[in-house]
Amino acid sequence: MHELVTPLIILLILLLSAATLTWVERRILGFWQDRYGPNRVGPFGLLQVVADMIKLFTKEDWIPPFADKVIFVIAPMIVMIMMLLGFAIIPFSPQLQIVDFDNGLLFFLAISSLSVYSVMLAGFSSNSKYALFGALRATAQMISYEVFMGLSLMGVVILSGSFSLREIVEAQSEQWFFIPQIAALGIFMIAGIAESHRAPFDLPEAEHEIVAGFHTEYSSMKFGMFFIGEYLGVILISAMIVTLFFGGWQGPLLPPLLWFLLKTSAFVLFFILLRAATPRPRYDQLMAFGWKYMLPLALLNLLLTGAYRLWTQ
Amino acid sequence: MIAVLFYIAAAVALLSAVLTVPRHNAVHALLYLVITMLAISLIFFLLGAAFAAALQIIVYAGAIMVLFVFVTMMLHQGELSIRQEAQLYRPSQSFGAIVLSIVLLLETLYLLAPVLIEQQATASALNVIGAKQIGLQLFGPYLLLVEIAALLLLTALIGAFHIARRHQEIPT
Repeated sequence: MHELVTPLIILLILLLSAATLTWVERRILGFWQDRYGPNRVGPFGLLQVVADMIKLFTKEDWIPPFADKVIFVIAPMIVMIMMLLGFAIIPFSPQLQIVDFDNGLLFFLAISSLSVYSVMLAGFSSNSKYALFGALRATAQMISYEVFMGLSLMGVVILSGSFSLREIVEAQSEQWFFIPQIAALGIFMIAGIAESHRAPFDLPEAEHEIVAGFHTEYSSMKFGMFFIGEYLGVILISAMIVTLFFGGWQGPLLPPLLWFLLKTSAFVLFFILLRAATPRPRYDQLMAFGWKYMLPLALLNLLLTGAYRLWTQ
Repeated sequence: MIAVLFYIAAAVALLSAVLTVPRHNAVHALLYLVITMLAISLIFFLLGAAFAAALQIIVYAGAIMVLFVFVTMMLHQGELSIRQEAQLYRPSQSFGAIVLSIVLLLETLYLLAPVLIEQQATASALNVIGAKQIGLQLFGPYLLLVEIAALLLLTALIGAFHIARRHQEIPT
């Protein structure tokens, strides 16, 4: 019974926090851009989330007649399922982890590579030009950034000697990995933003040129699923950064779970700040940046980490 | 329990592989192939090769098939190509292939049957293979193969670079 209830509670909390994040983001962006943001509904505008949910659920759920219907419906589900699956391997605290999988890190990479299908199929099934452009951009971007996302994490694997996220966290009891792996941290963060296609790397849905990119044709809760999926992606990437580079649940005085939540929220806020502070690159700049700078840097980091490990053994 | 899961995964893999063939819409066919990859990954996982299972998803389902769908999506001609495809392909055409495949299947079953019966008698414990074992094998006895694969990939990379290169005017 316990094994069944815990994951359900975690799922519920995740969905709620992803929904709340839509409000948090708009509110904080507002403060950083010297305006109020949504502050009308409830105290501090907190009930804006509820209002948005009512709006999304009651809107007409329209499937365009020219769309590939089955795939059109499946596409938004894929991103939700993949992102929620990703949380199964995150060690929230020494006691709280849904599955302690030996190849947890590979599982995470598999999840993130499968979530490409969501964006791609959404663009394909919409059968419209802007959606196709968005999907093409998203797919090329995600495949490219996936390559060195995986490579950058191998430095952590070399240092900890394991693919299991729990063992990686335990290996950081003396020194958090962001100190020896500072380059990998930078690469992983940039790749993470590109994977969850958020600003400044939100070219797949850049509203200033291709309407809304891959989800142009989506409305109602199907659009809502892409939206929530994106926020879940942000939380997942933040949780992975904390687990891999910032010692996971470890920290003095406070209980482990609280440490984990604090660190993760700090990175979620950082992602929002990034959106407020950075301009978008051009699409060709984005791709060139990935292949010409990030990939060689990731390889160099891997080489140096391996050499260091062999030297000290 | 594992045996039941294995047979379900195998059935899904076979069914989706068969369904790949008669689709008129190329993207639908490719999606069935993706499901085949996922089912094969599950089979690897059930056999204790978790590392291979993860790689199967990352490499095949997550990269190679994505590129397949990517290219097909760009070349997608809509209803026209689907109708064209429907005219080109009729189920009766694959009759010969089906008969020949069944012959091969029967042969395989004949060869496998004694092994299967033997295994049922001595159902051994699941042998879980970790990443370390795979690494030791790859960079120990199979080092030459790894090097050859690396060489092959490098050649492919140079070839792709050559094809994708912008054609420049040759100065006269």
